[in-house]
Amino acid sequence: MSDVKRNTRKSPTRTTAAAKADAAKRAERLLDFYREMLFIRRFEERAARGYTQALIGGYCHLNLGEEASVVGLISALRPTDYLFTNYREHGYAIARGIDPRRIMAELYGRVDGVSKGWGGSMHMFDLTHRLLGGYGIVGGQVPLATGAALAIDYRGGGDVVMCTMGDGTTNIGAFHESLNIAGLWNLPIVYVIVNNRLGMGTTVEKSSAEPELYKRGAAYRIESARVDGLDPLAVAEAAAHAIEVARAGRPYLLEVVSERLRGHSVVDPAKYRTAEEVASLKDHDPVHALAARLVAEGVSDDVTLAILDQEIMANIEEISAFAEASAFPDVDTLFDYTYATPVPNDSRRLPGQPLFATGAER
Amino acid sequence: MTLMSYRQALHDALRSEMLRDENVLLMGEEIGVFEGSYKITAGLLAEFGEKRVRDTPIAEEGFTGAAIGAAMLGLRPVVEIMTINFSLLALDQIVNHAAKIYGMFGGQAKVPMVIRTPGGGGQQLGATHSQNIELYYAFVPGLKVVAPSTPADAKALLIASIRDDDPVLFLENLALYNTKGEVPNHDTPAVIGKAAVTREGHHLSLIGYSRMAHVAKKVADQLADSDGLDIEVIDLRSLRPLDRETVVESVKKTHAAVIVEDDWLTYGIGAEVAASISDGAFDYLDAPVRRVAMAEVPMPYSKSLESAALPSENDVIQAIYQTLEAIGHRRTKAGPHD
Ligand SMILES: Cc1ncc(C[n+]2csc(CCOP(=O)(O)OP(=O)(O)O)c2C)c(N)n1
Ligand SMILES: [Mg+2]
Repeated sequence: MSDVKRNTRKSPTRTTAAAKADAAKRAERLLDFYREMLFIRRFEERAARGYTQALIGGYCHLNLGEEASVVGLISALRPTDYLFTNYREHGYAIARGIDPRRIMAELYGRVDGVSKGWGGSMHMFDLTHRLLGGYGIVGGQVPLATGAALAIDYRGGGDVVMCTMGDGTTNIGAFHESLNIAGLWNLPIVYVIVNNRLGMGTTVEKSSAEPELYKRGAAYRIESARVDGLDPLAVAEAAAHAIEVARAGRPYLLEVVSERLRGHSVVDPAKYRTAEEVASLKDHDPVHALAARLVAEGVSDDVTLAILDQEIMANIEEISAFAEASAFPDVDTLFDYTYATPVPNDSRRLPGQPLFATGAER
Repeated sequence: MTLMSYRQALHDALRSEMLRDENVLLMGEEIGVFEGSYKITAGLLAEFGEKRVRDTPIAEEGFTGAAIGAAMLGLRPVVEIMTINFSLLALDQIVNHAAKIYGMFGGQAKVPMVIRTPGGGGQQLGATHSQNIELYYAFVPGLKVVAPSTPADAKALLIASIRDDDPVLFLENLALYNTKGEVPNHDTPAVIGKAAVTREGHHLSLIGYSRMAHVAKKVADQLADSDGLDIEVIDLRSLRPLDRETVVESVKKTHAAVIVEDDWLTYGIGAEVAASISDGAFDYLDAPVRRVAMAEVPMPYSKSLESAALPSENDVIQAIYQTLEAIGHRRTKAGPHD
């Protein structure tokens, strides 16, 4: 975005050339976003299918409808910045560049999973890509992310932390305690509210006394803004600004107004949504909207996009084949991750085993 | 060796670890300008500055969680929670996060942090400020819970806890802060997860931790002097992991056990110790395992009621004699035993 500003000051001929270059760059950027968004869309749809095939267990929350928010946000981070997120995080893991085969393998509970099969859908973690966790407890990641920002600040580093959460999460104490601390201590963190208008089935209006959620930053003197989460470019721009503020040493609160196309999790039929609401969802589909935009702006065409989709679908099939072929973790590893520092008398007893071997012999 | 208070030992351990390792920082309510509710951190703000000694807002969940997050990035925060009662407001961060992060992500992130917090009753602080709820934490795999009873252990275990790569709940006790003992001048860490036999004996095993380990030792010494009894005292020191081996070996030798604890009896730490004795030394027992624990009421304010609710030295002595009498009965029937 800063390129645009700089170029406007150049001579007229260069301006036309630069404008052309900018347009090309923008087109390329939109296409990149589309590719990534469609990939997340197909990945999530495959995850939903894997769930119904009983290949995936537990809870499974999808980013369907949030694809533009996800890719826009992540595009603004440097590889060395940190991301903390919640249980609705497959898309974030993909956007951060983690091998999607390992993400799917985690869903399948296999050894090749990002968290070695210990975390599942809600608990993906990868240090190399600085995804410091999906967290299943609503709001749990918010103090942690704040502390990570404290560690960065403590060491005088230039990284920032991004911490995403849902709209419902802004009503939990940990959110308020964390923003207060970040505001007091000038921590380099961007709190992002992905407002999909629903907790599980409870609307923002029913759960937040101040439904314009970004305004909650004011209570902590934290700069904040609201952005259209269906437009990846707008999200990327807003996120870039937020991150700039954070890198300069002030926390930021960004509300991204997004959409949830399906139930809260895979098993939720979302019967609480009205027929009109459900009907309107197809107008709020960021993937379809961007496809239409790409075609309308002449950046791409239906055939090219269809081919891209086929490629992605084929890739997703390979990904789930990889996950399915990956082994389940060996039961021998059950006690490997209780403690990082080995400690005497740590119990390594399976449910049926006696505490004292001699007791059984007598 | 230097004779010093439990409070001083804690202070010295914090200070020397801060000098040794830049990554060690302190966080908590009123620990800086106010120098700590119980003055453990006195002088440290002046010496180390605001960056390393952080007064936090009254937000147990927020600052405990922030310490966990900072630990994930390699700092070694030592959090002070004013008393263990207030740790309940941080329960989610301690139990659902600190204890889970290492395992839940397949060993990719460590949480090298310490939560220092005192338990204790007997200060007329009433029901909400007199609890001993360390059990809540000792129940949780992924946490380590230590509970020193002497100044020497306070120092050595705090050093060990700070250097450990796992989250450690470090239980202090209001009634122990002013107790004194010899403390080594060196900074050798203790081994977490090990109980200590603080007095050898063969008549009975007396088992406790934190304040009650202190009381147990005192009672055993007293009964040795007054009645020539030879009681073995075990200070558990670590509640998770629990050193069952040391307890069971002792009971195999003494054939009798009394467990003393400041927490509530039902489901308490003592229940776990008693069950362990049953598992590991059933055939060696000459009497039922006795427990002396706090009365199962919300702690009252009035001194008369509070004193009655808390286990006293007399309660311990009584339980010891009742247990020994039970053995005496069996001895007369079955002949000498030990
Ligand atoms: C502390 C806690 N309470 C309740 C739940 C159950 N729960 C899981 S997701 C959710 C709704 C959260 O809504 P929001 O923050 O808007 O996030 P979204 O799921 O819409 O992305 C609830 C209530 C939980 N996981 N943790
Ligand atoms: Mg929501």
